[in-house]
Amino acid sequence: MDFLQISQTAMMVIIGTIALALFGIFFGLVYKGIDRKLSAHMQGRIGPPIRQPFRDVVKLFTKENIVPENAIPWIFNLAPLVGLVATISILLYLPLGGFQPLFPGKGDLILILYLLIIPSLAMVIGGFSSGSPYATIGAQREMATMIAYEFPLAIIIITIAWRLSMQGVTNVFALSSIAATPVWNIAGPLGFIGFIILLLVLVIITPAELSKIPFDSPEAETEIAGGLLTEYSGRNLAMFYLTDGVKTVVMASLIVALFFPYNLSPLFGLESYPAFAVDIAFYLAKVFLVILFSVTLIRVAVARLKIDQIVYTYWVPLTLLSLVGLICIMWDQTIMANFGLQPVFEMLGIV
Amino acid sequence: MKTKQTTKTTYHIPIGPIHPALKEPVAFEFEIDGERIVDVDVSLGHVHRTVEWTATKRNPIQILYLAERICGICSYCHPTAFALAVENIANIEVPERAEYLRVIQAELERICSHILWAGVAAHEIGFDSVLFLTWQIREKVLDLTEYLTGNRITKGIITIGGVRRDITKEHHPKIFETLNYLKDNFEKLRKVYLDDKTFRMRAQGCGILTKEDALKLCAVGPTARGSGVKKDVRVDQAYFSCADLDIECITPDVLTGEVNGDVYDRIIVRLLEVKQAIDLIEQCIDKMPAGDIVSEPKVAKVLATLKKASGEGIGRMEAPRGEVIHYVKLVEGEEYPFTWKVRAPTYNNIMPWVPMLIGEQIADIPIVAASTDPCMSCTNRVAIVDSGKKYELNKEELHRLSVEKTRRLMA
Repeated sequence: MDFLQISQTAMMVIIGTIALALFGIFFGLVYKGIDRKLSAHMQGRIGPPIRQPFRDVVKLFTKENIVPENAIPWIFNLAPLVGLVATISILLYLPLGGFQPLFPGKGDLILILYLLIIPSLAMVIGGFSSGSPYATIGAQREMATMIAYEFPLAIIIITIAWRLSMQGVTNVFALSSIAATPVWNIAGPLGFIGFIILLLVLVIITPAELSKIPFDSPEAETEIAGGLLTEYSGRNLAMFYLTDGVKTVVMASLIVALFFPYNLSPLFGLESYPAFAVDIAFYLAKVFLVILFSVTLIRVAVARLKIDQIVYTYWVPLTLLSLVGLICIMWDQTIMANFGLQPVFEMLGIV
Repeated sequence: MKTKQTTKTTYHIPIGPIHPALKEPVAFEFEIDGERIVDVDVSLGHVHRTVEWTATKRNPIQILYLAERICGICSYCHPTAFALAVENIANIEVPERAEYLRVIQAELERICSHILWAGVAAHEIGFDSVLFLTWQIREKVLDLTEYLTGNRITKGIITIGGVRRDITKEHHPKIFETLNYLKDNFEKLRKVYLDDKTFRMRAQGCGILTKEDALKLCAVGPTARGSGVKKDVRVDQAYFSCADLDIECITPDVLTGEVNGDVYDRIIVRLLEVKQAIDLIEQCIDKMPAGDIVSEPKVAKVLATLKKASGEGIGRMEAPRGEVIHYVKLVEGEEYPFTWKVRAPTYNNIMPWVPMLIGEQIADIPIVAASTDPCMSCTNRVAIVDSGKKYELNKEELHRLSVEKTRRLMA
């Protein structure tokens, strides 16, 4: 590889990363605005305008950044940055609309799972280092929540990967292979039910991953006054705010990539730029629907749970549910293999 | 705030005086083991506004409006209890129609207060949709209050010897419209508060106050009734026209058949009391006799009568949060009362916080603290400040000072 090629690749990576970061931040805030507006209407309020999150961020960046006396300043200031960077870096590995990921074939689901933990860990570290009792309690709760939801999340990912490996797909954890072989296309009737169960569990995991009601006890406003974020202000708080927005897009994109990797352009026979435009619009619509069901609708419909109730919810009902999904999919595979059953989509003649 | 390490496993967190869970300033110091509350200390005195002292520079009619401002939510009960005490001293007969009108206003206030509380309780457990739902319903009741009294919150309806505005036939359509609206929405509220899964998860078995503790610590109002203590001034010592009405103490066993004394039971009591209040207003409108609404409409004459009156009087009534007691002492020839003492219901409901909170989780603090419907500005009577510094009194010292003050008043 000569110098020209290396510099070209480097330029592409840098420009691509900046573009993706801007994309994630912009749509993270747009979706946040839509979420706030929609939930306001559901609660009989008018709600803020959709551009409100942008104003919030601008305002926060202009405000003073207060570091408490008890805090460990360098960790306290580093944590928000680490969180934001880690969240944006997940975007580099996710297929967005018709575009391949910026690093195709490099990262896989396991890497994304680890990267998803980092923003939460950054908040935990930031909370512990801020020296406030509220933040300490919030950090403890955040850790307990993480431990709770990781288990069903792992089951879902592994089930999908296992099912794909049974299909003879190599490199099962790569998102490109999941996009090439959507799970619904290969599932028989029982597997279809299994995947619906797994999707449901993943939708319920999302609010915990994003610290939204009913799983927002790490930040519970009325209990511990914002928990992890109690001591954060100004620039640092704005960065956590952005992290939250980007993470919402990331989680929704992950669900889209795992369960709905379809594109509209092949259907219309489009190519090149029209295809990109249609696919990206379709992708944004899918992300919106996922956010609507997993964040907005859930958070207006229930009360906040206590930390022991959160852990119980994930470890017992949801883990059992995802295991049921796993078993359904395993049986489905056996039944299909032994009785020569066709996948549902082929029976219906869709694919 | 620095965490104070007392032993290896427990730590302290301060909640308040200013905290999102608390609508008014009160300070808790919790000793926490993990997420469990081991011990709690409550300290008051953050919103002392010298209302009682101010009253000794006002005449009784002026005090009515001062008393309204003791509390934003019980803005009817306080002036009414004061009026009761003064009427008690001067032997002022209240016309029968006015007594019914007073009950209607009291029950309207109870509906507003309980629905407001329900919204706050929902907000405390992060259920904001219900907060907005309940406050939408409350808005209708406030509209009715404004229609009947001219004001939404500080109503200025009560006067010594009666009330200031009548409820006539023209008012009836709007009243019944609002009451029917409430009845239609009652089922919705009942479903949300009593059947919703997450609400039950947060409210059932949390913040338990046993009947023994409720009796021992003199809890009042829905807090006591939620623990199965049948205590209600409207029933025990009927004032106004309460004796003519069909009132029963509401305890949670009316609905569920058992008393647990938890937050859920207090929700049941308050919800049923909203229903009871609607029923009482209808009964009052139905039974209300014709006649005057005030014994002496000329304020100057009332004041002249009161100036001649001498003695002590007690006014007791069932505020939305429980029993409120006003003690007034008038001296002949004096325009202003010699002393005025207010005992708001929250005062009694502070100590029950301790058994309720111990053993619960941090997450339960907001809902348990809110479950007694505390009103701090009603309660704060004393703030001891010595050269700019606050300090606390111990029991003996406080007792000695109280005895001294009583002697001074009696002299």
